[in-house]
Amino acid sequence: MSESKTAVAVTGNGSTGGTAGKGSSSRSTGKRRIAFARLRDLALIPAIIVIAIVGQLVSPVFLQADNLINILQTMSEIAVLVLAQTMVLIVKKMDLSLESTVGLAPGVAAWLTVPVGAGHGLGLLPGGWSVPITLAVGVLVGVVNALFIIRFGLNGFIVTLGMLIVLRGILTGISGGQTFFRLPESMLYLGTTQWLGMPASVWLCLILFAIGIVVLGFTTFGRSLYAIGGNVDAAKAAGIRTDRVLWIVIVTASLLAALGGLLLSGRLASVASGQGNGYIFTVFAAAVIGGISLNGGKGTMFGAFTGILLLFMIQNVLTLGGVPAQWIGALNGTIILIALAVSRITGGKAQD
Amino acid sequence: MVTAAPVAEATGITKRFGSTVALHDASIRIEAGQTHALVGRNGAGKSTLVSILTGLQAPDEGEVSFGGEPAPRLADRDTWRQRVACVYQKSTIIPELTVAENLFLNRHDHGPGGLISWKAVRDKARDLLETWSVDVDVRTPARELDVEQRQFVEIARALSFGARFIILDEPTAQLDAAAINRLFARITDLQQQGVTFLFISHHLQEIYEICDTVTVFRDARHILTAPVDDLPRTELVAAMTGEAAAEAVSRRRGPSAHAAKVLNVAGLSLPGVYDDVSFTVRAGEIVGLAGAASSGRIEIAETVVGLRTATGGTVEIAGARPRPGSVPAALAAGVGFVPQDRHHQGYVPDMSIADNGTLTIPDRLGRAGFIDGRRRDHFARSMIDKLAIKTPGPQLPVSGLSGGNQQKVVTARALANDPKLLVLINPTAGVDVRSKEFLLGKVEQIAESGTGVLIASDELDDLRLCDRVLVVFQGRLVAEIPGGWHDHQLVAAMEGMNLDV
Repeated sequence: MSESKTAVAVTGNGSTGGTAGKGSSSRSTGKRRIAFARLRDLALIPAIIVIAIVGQLVSPVFLQADNLINILQTMSEIAVLVLAQTMVLIVKKMDLSLESTVGLAPGVAAWLTVPVGAGHGLGLLPGGWSVPITLAVGVLVGVVNALFIIRFGLNGFIVTLGMLIVLRGILTGISGGQTFFRLPESMLYLGTTQWLGMPASVWLCLILFAIGIVVLGFTTFGRSLYAIGGNVDAAKAAGIRTDRVLWIVIVTASLLAALGGLLLSGRLASVASGQGNGYIFTVFAAAVIGGISLNGGKGTMFGAFTGILLLFMIQNVLTLGGVPAQWIGALNGTIILIALAVSRITGGKAQD
Repeated sequence: MVTAAPVAEATGITKRFGSTVALHDASIRIEAGQTHALVGRNGAGKSTLVSILTGLQAPDEGEVSFGGEPAPRLADRDTWRQRVACVYQKSTIIPELTVAENLFLNRHDHGPGGLISWKAVRDKARDLLETWSVDVDVRTPARELDVEQRQFVEIARALSFGARFIILDEPTAQLDAAAINRLFARITDLQQQGVTFLFISHHLQEIYEICDTVTVFRDARHILTAPVDDLPRTELVAAMTGEAAAEAVSRRRGPSAHAAKVLNVAGLSLPGVYDDVSFTVRAGEIVGLAGAASSGRIEIAETVVGLRTATGGTVEIAGARPRPGSVPAALAAGVGFVPQDRHHQGYVPDMSIADNGTLTIPDRLGRAGFIDGRRRDHFARSMIDKLAIKTPGPQLPVSGLSGGNQQKVVTARALANDPKLLVLINPTAGVDVRSKEFLLGKVEQIAESGTGVLIASDELDDLRLCDRVLVVFQGRLVAEIPGGWHDHQLVAAMEGMNLDV
């Protein structure tokens, strides 16, 4: 037995002696790995460049400032939803009801502020209330979601699927299935104004993503999202108040959806009863293409942004290329599937 | 000799879960600077003691103290973390985050402007790992660490909270020999720097290599604590098994030497799990496959029934060679099978006893894929009678039964197709004593009727009825023990220890 003890000691020394060599090698692979990890974050950049070149070949208009701003503006509302969904996905939840909030939040504001006579408006409140109401409805929806998901421990997918249907139904109910027009000035402002030569909604979208990148990458709160999504027990053990973080994420997501709805209504100067219908598929597709895992704990805000940007650039190229509008939907779906397959290949791991 | 207060001490600990007593008036005292081993067979109460010592559960009775001071409140996680840490077999690391971030999760360094300074976090992590000479790049995503590195990182994290008492829960189970040596070197190092370890292992040889003191638990009680050097191996094993050295009486005659082989395993290999395994089971014979949890015995049994595919070697069942890796093929060849974990693979909890019991034999219940409910219930009733399942009727969901009766349903299913070979993995795990006796008696009966039986278990009672026991250690068959063995003889073989040394 004493023999075996010395043997252990000798191999022990041997290994500490040997670790120096091993260490340097692992450090160099570490560097390569980090470079690779950053690449993963930038994985869609080559694709974006390729699409830009293709777009330019299809139509010389493509790379002109007007067209680029046009792309950014059409995607700005849905990009805000992608931002919201990204946070929710990182904590390993899902929120399908975002797309209904896009319609309902400005819908309720319009309902209360649009004067009687124009559609189903009630004209109960002055127009100045419309923006606060929109945002308040967003918060309220988020609180209901969070209550079901966190407080009562229900499955987020089913809860928000139910909410999606309920909220859409409420909007149809209050609008009588019609579109609200003659929105108050304050509701139109964000969707129509230009700041420094770019639409305010583009600025807002870019600023929100910048904030998202900083919060998720450089704050204790942001990192706790990844910890919760990655291993909720470990997060609790590290002293993170997981429930509180989840509440904040879910409520913020709905608030952002309401903001997205506000931008959309402002740009279109109306609230259709089907506003936001079908958005959620694009939102999920953009997030997943952008490297966000549906399993939680993985992906960056920047990746999500490149995901939605890529999708809208492709759409724009198709439109410029003269693809008949009736076929855009089919092509869109196909592109999403192709993009998912490509990101599966570059990501190397199965998505689930 | 009065020394300083022990690093950790638990006295008079009793913990019950419902009607089972997990710990009964148990005590342990861990002196500073020691490496203390905690051993005991499954169910001895080790994991309950660990969760009480780490503040995850409160004892029903008894007290825990650290360095002479009473333990903090359960909710006070921070204080617990400064006293004690446990490195579990299951990782508590977040795979998608880097090593640095895992080390300083939720206590990042903030730079100017309140934002996290990743450089400061990385530097601090690097310092920490250097202090404890852990050679891992702090920028590596944690998912890329191997088991050994992960353990070192978790140990370093524990130390960074100020804990100088660390529990290692079977740290060597997933390591190869070289890594085990490095781990031991590390433990010795840290011990010299004043860290105390509580070392839980099923591998008794290791305890003699690195531990100073050993505590044995058995049946929820503290049996002994002694310096390792003063405790001969035979006595250690005897303490673990209880002094049940009585001759096991073989109640039945073995199979005739001319009985046909119902199972012939030749040169079966699965890299990293088991290697070059060959054995046979004759009709009417009961063969045990013994070994510790990670020895590979379960995987060997699962390969026989088609749940796993071996990379080399053959499995021949009653003269036929079913397609490897196919459960239907194995069933068709005449295998009945009780899987390792009944909750996981054994039954569908919300389906009825009748449905569960007949899952493997739908073709006998009706034609063209339709199921004749009356015939199914008839089958189920005969099962309920045969195995004495306590239930109001065949329509009760299995989830409504007690553990013992659930296991009977799973066994009934294994028997439903009148197998030529019955493979049982941990057949009496989590089953009360009476159901256990009943089930084992049933197994003997089935063997009498000419079925070959293979029992993969580490439960001595399961193995006692075997005509012979094959011992698996680290993926290899290392011994064949004929019936009538002594407990300590088998346990020593399972723990990879040679009593003759």
